[in-house]
Amino acid sequence: MIPPIVRRGLLLAPLLWLAGCDTVVLNPSGDIAAQQAHLVVVSTLLMLLIIVPVMFLICLFAWRYRKSNTSAEYKPDWDHSTKLELLIWGAPLLIIIVLGLITWIYTHLLDPYRPLSRLDENRPIAAGVKPLEVQVVAMDWKWVFIYPEQGIATVNELVTPIDVPVRFHMTSTSVMNAFYIPALAGMVYTMPSMDTQLNAVMNKVGVYDGFSANYSGAGFSDMRFKYHGVSQADFDAWVAKTKSSTTVLNRTEALALEKPTIKHPIMHYGTVDNGIYDLILNRCVAEGSVCINTQMHQDATRIKAAAAAKNLPKDVCEPAVAATAQPTRKE
Amino acid sequence: MTMSDLNLTNLIFGRLSLDAIPYHEPILIGTFAGVALGGIAFLAAMFYFRLWGPFWRNWVTSIDHKKIGIMYMVLGIIMLLRGFADALMMRAQQAMAFGDNPGFLPPHHFDQVFTAHGTIMIFFVAMPLVTGLMNYVVPLQIGARDVSFPFLNNFSFWMTTFGAMLTMASLFIGEFGKTGWLAFPPLSGIAASPDVGVDYYIWSLQVAGVGTTLSGVNLLATIIKMRAPGMSMMKMPVFTWTALCTNALIVATFPILTITLAMLSLDRIAGFNFFTNELGGNPMLYVNLIWIWGHPEVYILILPVFGVFSEIVSTFSGKRLFGYTSMVYATVVITVLSYLVWLHHFFTMGSGASVNSFFGITTMIISIPTGAKIFNWLFTMYKGRIRFTVPMMWTVGFMLTFVIGGMTGVMLAVPPADFVLHNSLFLIAHFHNVIIGGVVFGLFAGINYWFPKAFGYTLNEFWGKVSFWCWLVGFWVAFTPLYIMGFMGVTRRMNHFDDPSLQIYFIVAALGALIIAAGIGAFLVQLFVSFMNRDKLRDVTGDPWNGRTLEWATSSPPPDYNFAFTPVVHDSDSWSDMKANQYQRPLKGFVDIHMPKNTGAGFIISALAFAFGFAMVWSMWLPAALSFAAMLVAIIVHTFNYKRDFYIKADEVNRTEEAHTRLLESHV
Repeated sequence: MIPPIVRRGLLLAPLLWLAGCDTVVLNPSGDIAAQQAHLVVVSTLLMLLIIVPVMFLICLFAWRYRKSNTSAEYKPDWDHSTKLELLIWGAPLLIIIVLGLITWIYTHLLDPYRPLSRLDENRPIAAGVKPLEVQVVAMDWKWVFIYPEQGIATVNELVTPIDVPVRFHMTSTSVMNAFYIPALAGMVYTMPSMDTQLNAVMNKVGVYDGFSANYSGAGFSDMRFKYHGVSQADFDAWVAKTKSSTTVLNRTEALALEKPTIKHPIMHYGTVDNGIYDLILNRCVAEGSVCINTQMHQDATRIKAAAAAKNLPKDVCEPAVAATAQPTRKE
Repeated sequence: MTMSDLNLTNLIFGRLSLDAIPYHEPILIGTFAGVALGGIAFLAAMFYFRLWGPFWRNWVTSIDHKKIGIMYMVLGIIMLLRGFADALMMRAQQAMAFGDNPGFLPPHHFDQVFTAHGTIMIFFVAMPLVTGLMNYVVPLQIGARDVSFPFLNNFSFWMTTFGAMLTMASLFIGEFGKTGWLAFPPLSGIAASPDVGVDYYIWSLQVAGVGTTLSGVNLLATIIKMRAPGMSMMKMPVFTWTALCTNALIVATFPILTITLAMLSLDRIAGFNFFTNELGGNPMLYVNLIWIWGHPEVYILILPVFGVFSEIVSTFSGKRLFGYTSMVYATVVITVLSYLVWLHHFFTMGSGASVNSFFGITTMIISIPTGAKIFNWLFTMYKGRIRFTVPMMWTVGFMLTFVIGGMTGVMLAVPPADFVLHNSLFLIAHFHNVIIGGVVFGLFAGINYWFPKAFGYTLNEFWGKVSFWCWLVGFWVAFTPLYIMGFMGVTRRMNHFDDPSLQIYFIVAALGALIIAAGIGAFLVQLFVSFMNRDKLRDVTGDPWNGRTLEWATSSPPPDYNFAFTPVVHDSDSWSDMKANQYQRPLKGFVDIHMPKNTGAGFIISALAFAFGFAMVWSMWLPAALSFAAMLVAIIVHTFNYKRDFYIKADEVNRTEEAHTRLLESHV
C-alpha cells in the first residue's frame, strides 16, 4: 500500500496543474461564462466539504483497522448507531439543500433564454436597451451567422461588439449540433426545425474559439470558427466593410450552402434576403415547399373548423395557438 | 421500393454485396486475419481433443445457473478485449492527430470506433459481467437450486451472445454505426446515415435486449419466489437486494429501449416519421425516450456492484455490515429516483429553467443515498479487522476513486455548470470515473471474491495486485488529463485537433490507457497462473474467506443441486450465524432432488434470431421472413418438449456429499 498521505497528495495534484494551463472554461472573458465558471467552483468547494473528510477517513480506517494492527479495537457485531445514521444522511442532505437552492436560483438567472440584466458585476443594463440579434445556422459542417438588423451574413466567422448584450437565435439544417464559445457562454444545442436561444455578452476584446460541441458526422472535428469580440467602432467598420460585399444570401445561395462541406472557407454576404432564417427554421428554403409553421397553422385551422362543425367544446384548439403560428411565406 | 426492385436477387441479398467486405482497410483485414486464424486454431483444437460433444452437452445446452453465469463472464471478458482495443485506437488517434497529421483513422473509421466502444462496453461487457455475477451468486445466496425459469436463463444468455456476435459481424461485413453509442436522430436517420451501420446497432441491441429483459424477469421472479425458508426480505444479503432492484429496473426500462429502437427502425425502413425533421417528426422525442431507458441503465450497472462491495467489505472487515437497513433503503431510493433524472443528459437542449432545475435537483438528491452507502462501507471498516486481499483492495480503490466521480457528477448536475462542461472531455472523464472506478472495479472485486466458489481454487494474489495497481494508476493517468482538458473547452469525439498545446495531455492519456492494458494483461496472467497452480490454491472448505452469506455454506464448486438440503435462515449474515451456532452439515438422509434438464432450444432459437437480425440489417426480406418463421417454429416445437426435468438420485447425492465430507476431513 502507498501510505495514505501520499495518495491524498496525488489526488490533489491535478488541482495544482489546473492553475498553470489555459483553462478557458474557468477563466472566460464573457460575464455569463464567468458566472457559470463561478458556479463550477462553488459547487466543487461545497462538495469538498464532505468529500475530503470521507477520503481522509477511508484512508485512516483502512490503515488503523488493518488486520496486523491488533492493538485496534475489534467489534465484529457493531452494526448500528442512530447518531451516525443521522449524520450520514443528514450531512449530505444539508449540503444538497444548499446546493439545490443555488441550483434553483442560478438556473433561472443564467437561463440562456433570459434577457441579460447586467454587462458584468458592476454594470447593470438600463431598461429598454435592445440586444444585438444574431441568427446562427449550423450546417454540415459549417456555421452561418446572420445579422438581420445589419442585413449581412458570414460563414465561419462571428464578430460582435464587446459590452453589448447579444441574443442568438439558433437552428440547424440537417442534424443536431451545439453552439459553443467557451469564452463567451455555455453551449446550447442547434436543432433542425427548432429554434433555441442564447443571451450573452462579451467583456474583453479578443479572438476566441467557437465550435460545435455535439458530434454531427464526418466533418464535425473541423466545424470550428473564430469569434472576434471587438470595440463598437471596429464592429461598425466591420459591418460597413461586409456590407460592401456584393454576394447575396438568398434562397439559392442557402440551398447551395447547405450541401455538406468540410473546412468551409470564411465568407461574407453584403446582402441577406429578409426572413431567410425563418425559411431555414421552417424547412422551406426550396421554392414551392410548404413551411412547417404554415402547415401547422393550416392543420390547426382545419381541426378547429372540423371541431366547430361537430360542435365540440371550444377548448380543443385555442385561438392563441393559431395566432403564434404566423405563416412567414406568402403562398 | 419500386416494383423493379422486387426481383429475387434483391429479395435474397437486399443491400448485401461483395462491396460490403472492407478489403481496402488494412486494419480490418489484419484483424480479420487474426480472428480467422485464431478461430481456425480453436475449432481445430476442439475437433482434435473431441471437445464438441462435451461442450454442447455441458455448456451450450446447460440450464444450470452456475454454468450460464460463467459463460456470461467469459462473454464479458472477451468483449472487454474488443472494446478496449477500440479504446486504445481512439487514444492513439487522438495522441497523434494534430495539425497536419490526420492520424491513422479517417473519420469514417474513427466514428465507428467510438460508437462501437461505447455500445460494446455497456451492452456486451458491463451488462454480461453484471448479469453473470447475479446469475451465479443470487441463487446460491438465497439457498435456491436454480433460477425460477432455467430454460429462459439459457435462452437469455444466447440472445445476448448472438447480439454481441452481430456487432462483431459488422467489423468484417459492412460497417458499424457512426453516430455515437445512443444513435441520436436525425444523425441516425436514413437521410444522414443511409448505410447499414445504424441497422447493425439497432438489431444487435434488439436481439441482446430480449435476452436482458427476460433475464431480468427471471432473476426478479427467482429472488421474490425462491428464497430459502426464513429469509424474509430484510434478511436477504445486500447483493441480493441490489440484484432485486437492478432487475426491477431492467424489467421496467428495457422495453422502452426496445420500443425506441423499433420506432427508429420504422423511421429508417418504412418511412415513418417519429424522429425525422419533417412531417411532424421530433428528434427530441427520441432523446427523451432513450435517456428514460439510459439513465436507469447506469444504475442497472452500478447497483449490483454496490452489492458486491457490501459483501466484500463486511467479509474482509470481519464485521456485520454497518447500517443494513439504511443500505437497503438507500438502494430502493436510488432505484426509484433513477427514473426522475433522465433530462440531466440534455440540459443544453433548450428546456426551460424550471424543468432544468427540477432534474438538476433530483440528480443531486440521488447523491444522498449514494453518499450514505459510502459512509456505511466506511463504518463497516471502522473497528473491524481488515484483511487486504485483492477484493478488498479493489474495494478501497473504488471508494477513493468513486467519491471523486460522484463529486464531478454533482457538478454536472448543476445546469449552469453543465452548460460549460456538457459534451466536453470533463464529461467523458466523469462517466469513466464512475463506470471504471465503480462498475469495473466492482466486477474485478467480485470476480476475485467469487472465483474460488465457481472453480474451487483461489486466484493468484500477486498478479491480482499487479492488475489492481495497473488499473488504479492507469485510470488516473488516463482520465486526469481529460478532466483538465474539459476545463480547456475540449469536446468529445474529435478526430483531430488544431491546437498543438493539447498534444501532451493526449499522450499522457494514451500512456494511462497502456497502463490499464497492462492491468488487463495482468488479469489474464492471473487467470492462467492460478489455473496452473490450482492444486496449491485449492479451496477445500467451500469457505475460503470466512464468508458470511449462504453461498459459502456449500462446497467449491457447488454440486449441480447447490444444497443437498435447503438451508433455513435466521439472520441476514446467515452463514456467519450458522457458523456461530455450531452448524452441522447433514451427512445422511438424502432424498432425490428434482432438477431441470438441459436443452438446445435456447441456442437454436437465438441462432435463428441472429440470422433474422442479420437479414434485417441488410434488407434481405426473404431470409428475414424465413428465419423469423423458423424461429416461431422452433419456439412452438420447444413447447412440446415434455422431458424437461429429471431426478438426481439420493445415492448420487450421497456420493457427492460424502466426497465433500472426505475432502473437508482431509484438510482439518
